Amino acid sequence: MQREIIIKELNEIFEDIIDEGTVFLIETSTSKDVDGWDSLTNIQLVVAVEKKYNIKFTSEEIISWKNVGEMIDCILTK
Amino acid sequence: MTFNDLKKNTKKNFFGLTKIRLALLGDSATQFLAQAIRGMGYENKLDITIFEADFNQIERQILDSGSELYSYNPEYSIIFESGHKLLQKFNKSSEEGRKTFADEQIRRISHLNEILQSNLNSKVIFCNYGEEDDRVFGNFGNKVESSFIYQVRKLNYKLSELAIRNRSFYICDISTIQNKCGRDFLFSPSVYVNSEMVLSIDSLPIIAETLTQIILSFNGKFKKCIIVDLDNTLWGGVIGDDGINNIQIGGLGIGKAFTEFQYWIKKLQQRGIIICICSKNTESIAKEPFEKHPDMVLRLNDIAVFMANWESKVDNIKHIQQILNIGYNSMVFIDDNPFERNIIRENIHHITVPELPKDPAEYLEYLYSLNLFETTSYSVEDTKRTEHYQKETERNAVHASFTNENEFLKSLNMYSDVQSFNSFSIPRVAQLSQRSNQFNLRTVRYTEDEIKFISTSEKYITFSFTLEDKYGDNGLICAIILEKKSTKELFIDTWFMSCRVLKRGMENFVLNKLVDFAYSNGYETIIGEYIPTEKNELVKNHYASLGFYENENFWRLDVSKCQTKECFINLK
Repeated sequence: MQREIIIKELNEIFEDIIDEGTVFLIETSTSKDVDGWDSLTNIQLVVAVEKKYNIKFTSEEIISWKNVGEMIDCILTK
Repeated sequence: MTFNDLKKNTKKNFFGLTKIRLALLGDSATQFLAQAIRGMGYENKLDITIFEADFNQIERQILDSGSELYSYNPEYSIIFESGHKLLQKFNKSSEEGRKTFADEQIRRISHLNEILQSNLNSKVIFCNYGEEDDRVFGNFGNKVESSFIYQVRKLNYKLSELAIRNRSFYICDISTIQNKCGRDFLFSPSVYVNSEMVLSIDSLPIIAETLTQIILSFNGKFKKCIIVDLDNTLWGGVIGDDGINNIQIGGLGIGKAFTEFQYWIKKLQQRGIIICICSKNTESIAKEPFEKHPDMVLRLNDIAVFMANWESKVDNIKHIQQILNIGYNSMVFIDDNPFERNIIRENIHHITVPELPKDPAEYLEYLYSLNLFETTSYSVEDTKRTEHYQKETERNAVHASFTNENEFLKSLNMYSDVQSFNSFSIPRVAQLSQRSNQFNLRTVRYTEDEIKFISTSEKYITFSFTLEDKYGDNGLICAIILEKKSTKELFIDTWFMSCRVLKRGMENFVLNKLVDFAYSNGYETIIGEYIPTEKNELVKNHYASLGFYENENFWRLDVSKCQTKECFINLK
């Protein structure tokens, strides 16, 4: 249940930051699946997610995520 | 404005905005900064196109005369080196080398600047360094020449010295921003590790804003005047109710805040900002503290226009605008009353009205944070401005007593000194070239170096005009650059005039001089051009009213058919 809420919230953040129309995130989404999600926007996305949940990721965590699901795993540990 | 807002701005329509060409050279990754600058430009009606050098290419771009930087030919070159990278360079220096680190760096920067300036006609905006320390010596580092904090502070100081010596080298003061916002706000370690960018996402709008303020200022968009309310703005309490002995000003309690605020305004006045008062008060009562209160910092002779009455502030500010003859967008209005602030905002467009905090103790800190008074020049002329406008107010009063315009003009006893540009007048001509918006036929802005070049070129004829009258000397108020198109034709490349001397017949005097020159040197035609801008509507019919006829977007005057225009200005 909590994961569903988070993915919905992430979806909003992604749409706002990427700013290229509608985004449909699922747990297995990677940067290849989302237009405009490149290494530059990724930096912005990470900062926006940190702000949203008032958390801080370590540099290692950020590099380790392979898809959106792993990002959510990480958020839930905070 | 967040960075994301600025980024979205970059997708908007930039059509019709003022075009600016800028190069951004960084020793860290600058993609976000470039987006932020372009987005901030949009907010300020600038279409800033940016050449962004590849990461860490400052030296290559500048030292290689065939580089992309030089073929791009920017008007502004921003060099953004970071304190973080500076520390890395410092780390690699030998222990002995650390003692002379700042000297080495300034030699390098000075050299880069010289090479760039010799290849480009571009203003260099160098970002100074955030002053952070590696804490290797702790506080004791201040007693150790080879500590990083000692060297980075020395380097910032030396950068300012370099800027004083080099006319086209300017500083973007990152250090002051870091002092205000804090190192932890400016620098985000995780962003840095993942991207080689040294600025946090949240600091980008602030850095972009300060850079944009510098560029706007170069483009003639800066504040010239501050209009201040009195009760609870310049002093605590209400003079009409509390009386001169009970208003709060001076060393005690909240009085301190008002005293310090007045000192700030006084410093602005000394720098050349025009100070006006706009207050709902009885004039004699409002003036009393300025004349008699021992703790007042501002006195009546600091004020260019004093409006204290019971009319609406909108009318009063319009009146001030008529006397000063400057655009509303160059005015700042300071008032503690939110109601008055809103009325002014709604009725006078483009005037800046800061949303002053409730607590007077916070006025100054808040106003500092806005950096309202960015400028790109400072000269002796600036310091005399208040006096000029006080005399203008006096002239206005005398003018009202004459019914015949010509009689009034004669009574002014006006003299003008006409010269070619020379070493005395060149700085002032360049300054006017940057500042003049309204009475400016083509609004081509020249720097001091360009004016210097023009003054010695065979291709051009130059004239500067002063105007003095019985009330005082206005100094240099008009400049003309004529281009020799052929042996028969003179083109008026530049004609601008200070609006201080409007309606004095100066236009006629200048034209007489031009026609005299053309006639005695065998020229047959004088050609003028009007290039409309947002601000120079005033001179739309300038050439028509002087007797020029229109021909394919240009204005032409046959020298032989031209008669001397009536005018009451004498040649000095």
